[in-house]
Amino acid sequence: MSTPITSSAQYITFQLGNELFAIDVAQVREILELSQVTRVPTAPDYMRGVVNVRGRAIPVVDLRKKFGLPPVADTLTSRVVVMELELDGESTVVGGLADSVHEVIELDPAQINPPPRLAARWRTDLVRGMGRRSDQFIIILDMSAVFSSEEVALMNADAPAVAHA
Amino acid sequence: MYQSDPAQTFLIEAEELLGVIEELALKLQADPASADAGAVNQLFRAFHTIKGSGGMFGFEAVAEFTHHVESALDDVRSGRASLSKETLECILAARDHIKALLEAPAGFDRNAGAEGRRIVDALCAACGRRAEPAAASGAQAAAAVQLAPAGAEQSWHIHFRPNPEILVSGGNPAALLAELRQLGPCSVIADTDRVPPLEQLQPDRCHVSWEIDIRTSAGLNALKDVFIFVEDGSELAITPIPAAGEKLHAPAHAKHSGSVHPHHGGEHHGAAAAKALAKESVVRVPSVKLDRLVNLVGELVMTQSRLNQVAARLDDPDLAFSSEQIERLINELRDEVLGIRMMPIGSTFGRFKRLVHDLSRELGKEIELVTEGAETELDKTVLDRLGDPLVHLIRNSIDHGIESAETRRQGGKPQAGTIRLSAAHTGSSVVVTIRDDGQGIDRESVRRKALEKGLISAEAAVPDAELLNLVFLPGFSTAKKVTNVSGRGVGMDVVKREIEALRGTVSIESTVGAGTAISLSLPLTLAIVDGLLVSVGGDTFVIPMSAVAENVELTRDQREAFNGRHVLPVRGALIPFVSLRELFDMPDHGAGLERIVIVQHAGERVGLVVDRVIGSHQTVIQALGRFYRDLRVFSGATIMGDGRVALILDVAGIVRTAEAETRKSSPSL
Repeated sequence: MSTPITSSAQYITFQLGNELFAIDVAQVREILELSQVTRVPTAPDYMRGVVNVRGRAIPVVDLRKKFGLPPVADTLTSRVVVMELELDGESTVVGGLADSVHEVIELDPAQINPPPRLAARWRTDLVRGMGRRSDQFIIILDMSAVFSSEEVALMNADAPAVAHA
Repeated sequence: MYQSDPAQTFLIEAEELLGVIEELALKLQADPASADAGAVNQLFRAFHTIKGSGGMFGFEAVAEFTHHVESALDDVRSGRASLSKETLECILAARDHIKALLEAPAGFDRNAGAEGRRIVDALCAACGRRAEPAAASGAQAAAAVQLAPAGAEQSWHIHFRPNPEILVSGGNPAALLAELRQLGPCSVIADTDRVPPLEQLQPDRCHVSWEIDIRTSAGLNALKDVFIFVEDGSELAITPIPAAGEKLHAPAHAKHSGSVHPHHGGEHHGAAAAKALAKESVVRVPSVKLDRLVNLVGELVMTQSRLNQVAARLDDPDLAFSSEQIERLINELRDEVLGIRMMPIGSTFGRFKRLVHDLSRELGKEIELVTEGAETELDKTVLDRLGDPLVHLIRNSIDHGIESAETRRQGGKPQAGTIRLSAAHTGSSVVVTIRDDGQGIDRESVRRKALEKGLISAEAAVPDAELLNLVFLPGFSTAKKVTNVSGRGVGMDVVKREIEALRGTVSIESTVGAGTAISLSLPLTLAIVDGLLVSVGGDTFVIPMSAVAENVELTRDQREAFNGRHVLPVRGALIPFVSLRELFDMPDHGAGLERIVIVQHAGERVGLVVDRVIGSHQTVIQALGRFYRDLRVFSGATIMGDGRVALILDVAGIVRTAEAETRKSSPSL
């Protein structure tokens, strides 16, 4: 289960389609431009491949595919968010491919609501909270939970579909 | 900078000593004639050291128990008791008990005490049996060790220069001297020549050495025992002073300095010093440090290959020269570092001797374990992970392979079965073979079992080699009855998987009535692999060179001549091949000419169709991690000179995947 957010923290925001997501900066190692990603044949579709991050081969997950969003072509703004996560007790470095990465923001608990329980478009066990900035909602993800489960459709199957970008 | 925890050091040392005890006891049991004074002394000393160090580092229960064992052994040593089979059995039990005590958490359960008592009683009973006529006859009489009882009074000269670290590791020279004094009157002269000036004096070092003259009836062993814990890195020479020599007065004052030097030096001293030197040259290093070193060297190797490319591009002779120099040095460094991790496989053999000993007793079979090539070296990681598969294979041999003594007699075989465990180098791999002279694998039961499981069809003519390889399939056990030793249908598939995870292969041969041999072929090291670079669909892949047999051309005509069936005639033999493009779901590029890299796996040859062979490349393997753990066709990744990532093919996995697909398309094998 996701840990509730009790103190003010910094987040990195990134975009997939129309939705804005946020990850705790403590889990982010670096942001890379989308360069030479080596495809890994026979791997699941959402695994984009492996990339060389300073001499280490790091797996890259296509977050759109992982979350079951419709695929789009890579653009100049596509970025790999390299995260260091604690998965099943072991520290794991993994890259997530996002449409674009925006900025580092600070949110305090007052600006964050718990994930709505009913009629939520997003699976609540993967969402730590819903942040709000000006008039836009930001979905704060629990990345460890996202990557701990094998295949994730982030959206609830019975929830209304997102408008395509 | 001295950081080692003495208690931890004791545990490591105790484990080694227990290993020595086990090996010695088994050796003495197998060959009572070898039970000479030296072997018994070695046993005694091992227990003695465990007792002493155990008490010193707070393992009181261990010290107390070991004390009883030591007393019993002392009887043997002094000739008051014989080293019978029962005694050795008790010694083995005692060894296990000590191990259990050492592994038990601080507040271990009280039953341990009772268990210890039981072992001690049995041991005493075994030793006390000396007087019975049965024990005094035959082999047991030969095993009985008769040592000259402690002799008359004799004078000795002792030169003792302790390891400078003696204080740090918990030793106390003063206590040693006091202990000596208990043996008889002695004179002690401290040699302070090596004590440095005050400003250079390190208070935790021992700079003093001692020359001791002692007169005692206790004998050489008793004198040696005083120094038993501190021998490592110390100079110790104990020489008898001829009776004709000057008399020692008790209590002697410093009158006798003239007698010190004539006995100094000499052969004994030289040998002791050499021994001390050999011991000193061993350093214990935690394996994590080695792993880190191997990783760093791996990164150096990769960076070097990048530097080489840059040098080639810039075409600067100075740069090229330096780059070549560095490459040579790095290659040497790599070989040295990998060499540190190499351990002789013999270090695991002791465990198997015990296994064979215990199991053959349990099952009432007579089995001899013969080991060969104990000095063959393997990477520590490989060695560690090799233990369990080997245990399983040996269990299998004992349980299913070797027949009962009676069956063997009837079959005209020697009553005792033999299991031969051998290791040898072949090229860049090590082959470990477990060969028994048992009943072999009954092809009929394999075939029946395979039919039952639907693995083969009734009319299929399965070649012998393939039939035998079926035993490696999950859930396949031909044992008619399940014993608690093996035959639960888990095992051979696990063995195969474990060995393949180490990038090794397993092969089996068996002759009915004559025995079975299982060979494990293992890479020397896991960290670096010699690879063949190939290109498929624009991406680069690495095929481990150890698996590559040859590579040949494949023309489109040849491919079509076989009507889509994936076989190719190579020098008269039909070789099945796998198209990596198809396997990797890449579009057919329609080229007229492809290449087939023929790889060898488990004795079979399989072709891998690639677009192009690029060349050989030495690569450092990186694991692909949890996100790719379900992948069957890749064993890892490596970073290329240009910074791109190339995947390393898992030949065993690819062949299996391809086989599974063939089986799907044609159900009868």
